[in-house]
Amino acid sequence: MNGTKPKKVYFYGTCLVDLFFPDAGMAGIQLLRRAGVEVVFPEGQTCCGQPAFNCGYWEEARDVARTQVALFPEDLPVILPSGSCAGMMKVHYPELFHGQPDEAKVRAFSARVYELTQFLVDVLDVKLQDLGEPVKVTWHSSCHAVRDLGLKGEPQALIGQLSNVELAPLAREYECCGFGGTFSVRHPEVSGAMVADKIADATATGASVVLSTDGGCLMNVNGALEAKSSKLKVQHIAEFLWERTRAR
Amino acid sequence: MHAEKEIHFRDAAAKALLDPQLRANFRRAMDGLIAKRLAQFPDPRDLQDLRDLSTAIRSRSLLCLPELLEQLEASCAKNGIKVHWAETCEQANQLILGILQAKGAKTLVKGKSMVSEEMHLNAFLESKGIEALESDLGEYIIQLDGETPSHIIMPAIHKNKDQIARQFSQKIKDAKYTEDVDELTAMARKVLRQKFLDADAGLSGVNFAVAETGTLCLVENEGNGRMSTHVPPLHIAVMGLEKVVARLEDVAPLYAILTRSATGQAVSTYFNLITGPRGEGEKDGPQEVHLVILDNGRSRIYADPQLRATLRCIRCGACMNHCPVYTRVGGHAYEAVYPGPIGKILTPQMEGVGVRHDLIHGSSLCGACGEVCPVEIPIPEILVRLRREATHEDMGSTVVGKGTGRTASEDWAWRLWAGVLKRPALYRVATWFATRFGKALPASAPLIRNWTQSRTKPVPARRSLSERMRAEGVSHE
Repeated sequence: MNGTKPKKVYFYGTCLVDLFFPDAGMAGIQLLRRAGVEVVFPEGQTCCGQPAFNCGYWEEARDVARTQVALFPEDLPVILPSGSCAGMMKVHYPELFHGQPDEAKVRAFSARVYELTQFLVDVLDVKLQDLGEPVKVTWHSSCHAVRDLGLKGEPQALIGQLSNVELAPLAREYECCGFGGTFSVRHPEVSGAMVADKIADATATGASVVLSTDGGCLMNVNGALEAKSSKLKVQHIAEFLWERTRAR
Repeated sequence: MHAEKEIHFRDAAAKALLDPQLRANFRRAMDGLIAKRLAQFPDPRDLQDLRDLSTAIRSRSLLCLPELLEQLEASCAKNGIKVHWAETCEQANQLILGILQAKGAKTLVKGKSMVSEEMHLNAFLESKGIEALESDLGEYIIQLDGETPSHIIMPAIHKNKDQIARQFSQKIKDAKYTEDVDELTAMARKVLRQKFLDADAGLSGVNFAVAETGTLCLVENEGNGRMSTHVPPLHIAVMGLEKVVARLEDVAPLYAILTRSATGQAVSTYFNLITGPRGEGEKDGPQEVHLVILDNGRSRIYADPQLRATLRCIRCGACMNHCPVYTRVGGHAYEAVYPGPIGKILTPQMEGVGVRHDLIHGSSLCGACGEVCPVEIPIPEILVRLRREATHEDMGSTVVGKGTGRTASEDWAWRLWAGVLKRPALYRVATWFATRFGKALPASAPLIRNWTQSRTKPVPARRSLSERMRAEGVSHE
């Protein structure tokens, strides 16, 4: 890309956004388009393969991953609205395909993968204008966005551009929300204790919305908040940014 | 093929979660330790430099482990330290018993040693009529109650001051009830002081053993390590065979990162460099020093290039301090000598991945452990590797119990999962059904039931993103 801003990108929706947070996916696509980027959404997207990979079923994970890599043949950035899935494709695909005949092809693909906020800030350097009402939000950093992808404040930088939004820091921001994919159903008690603490910390911020970049965390935190009939809402950062900045 | 007697971490963890006192004790202690460690590393670049150096030292030591161990034995011999090799815990226990019996020793005072916990040495010696008394304050506290350590460096961290006050008033002879920490410590000190003077032998662990000089390094805060190793006429040190480093220079960076990572201390109160028994004309020190080097599965771990990283561990405990699971359930729930993330990768490699399958999955793979590890052990990656080993026999590895965690139902589930997800047309049908009828799935269905213990049931959107993009009719390729 040689420092110039790309004109065209691929968008990978991820299975959780596809099924549970399609508005977040649409919003991510709109944010990219508004930044002057053509967005290609290939047909045939299913899942990055992370659940099977994490559970040790690598052959099954590879079978699925291969079909997904094949959807993105051109040398274009691949943008994901999820830290965890982007981490899988960028960091763990090379492990998964180590020693496989198509390793080189997969590595080339992995090098093109970006998490959405990372791409918006680090590559596109987008500028946002806040059109929304004053609101207080808090930010839950997804473990994989931070530890696999090395996100370093990109989402906070985007939120910081919004003049009417106050960002209240979450105590223990870097502590896992307890999702962990199959962990949440294999060890429901520990996972439940983790998310209970997370929503208590989120509630203590006084914010009205918890933002995150990860479908898994959102589903987990949202489910726990709903079970407590909390007034606190969760929202994917893409949806939040798009709603507050789009012309009405 | 099922593993024999699988130990279920889930059950023990669920039980621990019901104890609010335990949870409060761990949360408070771990939050404190996290803050203290952070204060020791104000500059992340300095921290990374020290981690890189420490990782390199440990990796290099392991690379030439067999040679270093031979060199260590020769150097120790030169210093008058007798080296013994034990392949199993049973052998190590017998060796120690033999050394004690040869000197007619009936009482043993112990500095802190996790390897001796691994060997269940205390119980073994007691069955042979030898008293083994723990002299580390935390170890002393738990020994009074017949408990095992709940943390590798703070063994009694599951108890708070009030609990210890009650315990001392009941278990220590003539003790009065007090919640004053200094008074409590003085009480234990008084008991231990006499034990140090009376003991026939002392036992300690080893933090680092230096091959070139035959030096045994011992890091501690209470002085009990020095007392155990210098007052009694006989000193026996035990170590896992991975603890060796090449040169004395290797120790300084490892020591610097160990104390900072462990307790947030720039230096520990005591740092002992043991180079042999009392020399001629010297006024203190033991007459005999023995070093027992234990394998107990380590050479098998060593044989695997990826799993070998497990042996880089310097036992600082930072991984457990930062672990969201450990913080909530504490150390005993792991039903293992080594709890927390390092225990989660070490225990299954020692005991078998099948019997410990549930433990291997007791992690959200959040990565906090790998992030803070001073020697960069990729704990999450190793966990995933062990999950593969537990369910696949054909990995060509030396892992104990490989394939024995496999179940027909999980196998079937992942085949079905892949069968659908590698066929976009099938996935399209499945998501169509999920979006239309997902609501109808009962909250009591298997797995969903586990999810809804703490959360509402997730309901799919009415139309998936793919469906909406198809309807938009643009940007397809």
